[in-house]
Amino acid sequence: MNQSKHKMNAGLVKQAIAESFIKLNPLAMMKNPVMFVVEAGTILVLLMLMMPDAFHAQGRFGYNLAVFLILFFTILFANFAEALAEGRGKAQADSLKKTKKETTANKIAKNGTITTVSSDKLRKGDIVLVEAGDLIPGDGEIVEGLASIDESAITGESAPVIKEAGGDFSSVTGGTKVVSDTIKVRITADPGESFLDKMISLVEGAKRQKTPNEIALNILLVTLTIIFLLVVVTLIPMANDVGVHLQLSTLIALLVCLIPTTIGALLSAIGVAGMDRVTRFNVLAMSGKAVEAAGDINTIILDKTGTITFGNRLAAEFIPVGGADKKELTDTAVVTSLFDDTPEGRSVLELAQSRGFTWDMSAYETAEIIPFTAEERMSGLIKDGSHYRKGAVDSIKQFVRQMGGAIPEDLEAKSHEIASKGGTPLAVSYNDRILGLIYLKDTVKPGMRERFDELRKMGIKTIMCTGDNPLTAATIAKEAGVDEFIAEAKPEDKIQAIRKEQEKGHLVAMTGDGTNDAPALAQADVGLAMNSGTIAAKEAANMVDLDSDPTKIIEVVAIGKQLLMTRGALTTFSIANDIAKYFAIIPAMFTVAIPGMQVLNIMGLHSPASAILSALIFNAVIIPLLIPLAMKGVKYVPMSASRLLSRNILIYGFGGIVAPFIGIKLIDMLVSAFM
Amino acid sequence: MGVWQIAVVIILLLLIIKPLGSYIYHVFSNQPNKTDKIFAPIEKVIYAICGMKKRAPMTWKKYAVSLLLTNIIFVAVGYMILRIQQILPLNPNGISGMNPTLSFNTIISFMTNTNLQHYSGETGLSYFSQMAVIMMMMFTSAATGLAAAIAFIRGVTSKGKTIGNFFEDFVKGHTRLLMPMSVILTIILVGLKVPQTLEPSIKVTTLEGAKQVIAIGPVAALEAIKHLGTNGGGFFGANSAHPFENPSPLTNVIEILAMWSIPASLTYTYGRFAKRQKQGWVIFGAMGILFAAFLALIFISESHGNPALTAMGLNHSQGSMEGKEERFGIAQSALFSTVTTAATTGSVDNMHDTLTPLGEITPLSLMMLNTVFGGDGVGLINMLMYAIIAVFICGLMVGRTPEFLGRKIEPKEMKLITVALLVHPLIILAPTAVSFLTELGKGAISNPGFHGITQVLYEFTSSAANNGSGFEGLGDNTAFWNISTGLVMLFGRYISIIALLAAAGSLARKQPVPETIGTFRTDNLLFTGILTGIVLIVGALTFFPVIALGPIAEYLSIR
Repeated sequence: MNQSKHKMNAGLVKQAIAESFIKLNPLAMMKNPVMFVVEAGTILVLLMLMMPDAFHAQGRFGYNLAVFLILFFTILFANFAEALAEGRGKAQADSLKKTKKETTANKIAKNGTITTVSSDKLRKGDIVLVEAGDLIPGDGEIVEGLASIDESAITGESAPVIKEAGGDFSSVTGGTKVVSDTIKVRITADPGESFLDKMISLVEGAKRQKTPNEIALNILLVTLTIIFLLVVVTLIPMANDVGVHLQLSTLIALLVCLIPTTIGALLSAIGVAGMDRVTRFNVLAMSGKAVEAAGDINTIILDKTGTITFGNRLAAEFIPVGGADKKELTDTAVVTSLFDDTPEGRSVLELAQSRGFTWDMSAYETAEIIPFTAEERMSGLIKDGSHYRKGAVDSIKQFVRQMGGAIPEDLEAKSHEIASKGGTPLAVSYNDRILGLIYLKDTVKPGMRERFDELRKMGIKTIMCTGDNPLTAATIAKEAGVDEFIAEAKPEDKIQAIRKEQEKGHLVAMTGDGTNDAPALAQADVGLAMNSGTIAAKEAANMVDLDSDPTKIIEVVAIGKQLLMTRGALTTFSIANDIAKYFAIIPAMFTVAIPGMQVLNIMGLHSPASAILSALIFNAVIIPLLIPLAMKGVKYVPMSASRLLSRNILIYGFGGIVAPFIGIKLIDMLVSAFM
Repeated sequence: MGVWQIAVVIILLLLIIKPLGSYIYHVFSNQPNKTDKIFAPIEKVIYAICGMKKRAPMTWKKYAVSLLLTNIIFVAVGYMILRIQQILPLNPNGISGMNPTLSFNTIISFMTNTNLQHYSGETGLSYFSQMAVIMMMMFTSAATGLAAAIAFIRGVTSKGKTIGNFFEDFVKGHTRLLMPMSVILTIILVGLKVPQTLEPSIKVTTLEGAKQVIAIGPVAALEAIKHLGTNGGGFFGANSAHPFENPSPLTNVIEILAMWSIPASLTYTYGRFAKRQKQGWVIFGAMGILFAAFLALIFISESHGNPALTAMGLNHSQGSMEGKEERFGIAQSALFSTVTTAATTGSVDNMHDTLTPLGEITPLSLMMLNTVFGGDGVGLINMLMYAIIAVFICGLMVGRTPEFLGRKIEPKEMKLITVALLVHPLIILAPTAVSFLTELGKGAISNPGFHGITQVLYEFTSSAANNGSGFEGLGDNTAFWNISTGLVMLFGRYISIIALLAAAGSLARKQPVPETIGTFRTDNLLFTGILTGIVLIVGALTFFPVIALGPIAEYLSIR
């Protein structure tokens, strides 16, 4: 496994190297103005090498060659960074494309006749019949039947999922495979517009549009480039006036060192890699803008059931009644649950086990099992004439009365207490005695509290949405640690809540899967739809989670923040670097004519030529050195903005000032050894 | 002793900031307040005459157009007066009309709050021109800058389509701020022996029997608005070094405070508008740090004297007094030079051409940064522009799209802001380089070499920053210099004002994002540091090479 991963990486690198050369095309380079200036400079130096007479550059072939080579590698490194980031997406797209083989479809005409057509002939509204073993020919909705479907081609999850007509689990995706049963599907996407098509073009980055923040940053970088171009060009006549005749190649070196090449080279890689991080997380973002918007989120609205809690009610406590012993109650509860495969039943065993109870399953193998039925609303077993039961309080009461037993006086009060806390009481009986209650509780998923705490540290408010009554909602909200909750929520309440937050200027994220959720998903600034959900929900959202795990929105927020932070960190680093470069190049340029300038050579660089080359080499090698950071993103630990800023300013601001002083000095020591 | 003089002036300034800043806030907040009783009736008359009974709020576009048109009309009228001043009244000294390019330069110079003077007041202007053109424009240009600043502040602190009504701001800037302050200051200066008269020049016969003409005129009134309005154009060629403009150390301190107080207090006004005083103090803090650093540089450098003279074995314990007035000494000269270039006033009480090379860096750099207090209004706008850039670069590092005062900074604002950021170095470096390519430019230099580079650079930097102080030593009353510096002043003033008003208009329309713990804060020490750093780094990266070739090379060559 590791071996193959390694091989794939090597393949990616090889491909990226090839891409780096293809990207040298000036027309492609224009898209990145900062690097385009570097390329223009490189070409000028190349011309000087070829025609030294025309540029009065005779006798400086070695120096100019060195400048040319370093500049050339600077561009290659930049191209490589971008190609590598894009390559990952392409590899993923290729495996998806394999899924998108052309298939045939059994189209059902209006009169019921079935014809076999190629899948690319299908149009919106066509109805097709898909049988076990078939690939679903296109995105659609099941109109009839139920089937288990293998969606591993898209989600990577091998366990098949059940989809059926009607309700929120009726959508199917083209390219997935029906494992059992037969369904009729109404196609909802024309060829080329399917989910798979969108996904391929997204991960390929073909349709990648620059986000507003990227555009704004680019504007700043271009402005800085123009300013430095101005600085370098206007220096020529002034320097001439005082007898300093600057070499063209030196001026180009100065320019390239000053313009923000580091961030210019890595900017697009950061964006692509950020999207890629989301995709590898099995979340499909419809645009980079959506990922960045996730970083800006102020409020997250989450459904309670399935997101914050497990959704099914689990045993939380054994409460004896009528003077029964807690041990007796627990033992009986365990017996009633031995063959109970419902989540409630399993949770009873888990709770008992966690309390140190043990049991011998084999002793009950001969017992008569009473399964749970909707009419009886209880389950248990009969062994050697003894009745072990657990079930709804009313049903057990009735059963015990039939057996001739009495109802303990405190049963009513205790079961009411459980209900008032938002839980469900299950009564447990042994023959004609009611021993006590099992407190079933909607359980908060482990780790949710910590996550909400993290979100709070990021300044993000969480709102829980639930259909429960206010009391139950409050209990869960407190336990999970969410900031606010909306009880007895109807779908339109969610939209209301989003609008209310947005009016305050907040950016809101939410997750959803049902058709009911679609308007709210569209209204939210970041809407994460579950892949298991309806087509309407997926279309309204700007992200789709292929694993259908609603808590992922939290990770998406972190990825969005990380993306923006990486961009800011490298920009700051890039600009801070310039200070050291000035101290390398300015004295080098002027020392020959103005010997006093040597005092500015605070790094004590060997010679003017070595100083300029060292600064230029540093400028080039810093790009590949920072590629891993650009791809992985800077480390993000949730904390307050002020602390985060102090930390990053220290690392990337001060680090950006200091690092090149050290780097250039070291490179100079190396370079001067060869000169 | 020198340090104490400086400390006292700084303490006085700190005492002025809060009351004056609050007052300016009340002038422009358009909320009813006590001062309405005094000023509202006067303004009512003005509004009635101008047909502005209803003063509707303006969009940024309307605001900018109103600002420009008003300025254009002043330019046209002023130009005519200068050209025909010989036939106009109040010309007891019989001064003739000004030539076209000098008139062009002069009128732009005063309209743009620059006050670069390629003429000498005592011989080039009639009393009428001094009052009707020079002094009037000293008021209007300052009020224009103030109005722009207030509009910008409204843009970043309020929500809606409007950034105020230009005419109302413009009128109030005069009636409630500049006029009353000027009247008070004029009276104080007259009390301190600054002349204020319409009598012609005094002709006297010296003891040796020689005839001498002593120029006088309405000096005190001009002196007041010259500093309050961060204008800087002197009544006399020698400017505030002239004993009639600035007779004593006391008047020197008053003039320093007069030009410093409005730009410094505007930071407080900004805090009031932002409803968080700390925001204002952060801006003041960043300005203060930069100011202190550059003041220290010039003060230390001047105190140490000229190394070339020391090398000749001359006693130099007094510091470098060449081109300085005995009555001010090193401390008051250094402080004056720092304040006049920081606040881009441009009046001088000593010759900047004869500063020590390292001392020259202070006035030059402050004008290159153009944000350390700055001229009335525009300095604050420029610093806020840098604050937005600082937020943009560093704000990303907290993992959110950058916001300034809760407003997202997006491509549109970035475009406008970078226009303003780009124009300043462009109009300094490009014409400086061009001047060295032509004899028309190079011919004006009196000290070729590194000092010559500083001379030319200073002239354009002073024009671009709308400062107006002259390095002198440059033979600059030629068509080449009149036109080139005229254009530089024009671009330096209006391009950034318009671009930044547009940015303010765009920011005002945004829904502010409420502050949370995850928000990048712009009201603490950390941001003060970041802002200072960004201003210094952007400024240093842009201008370090030319400063190295000019003052630094000069220093190294005489060391």
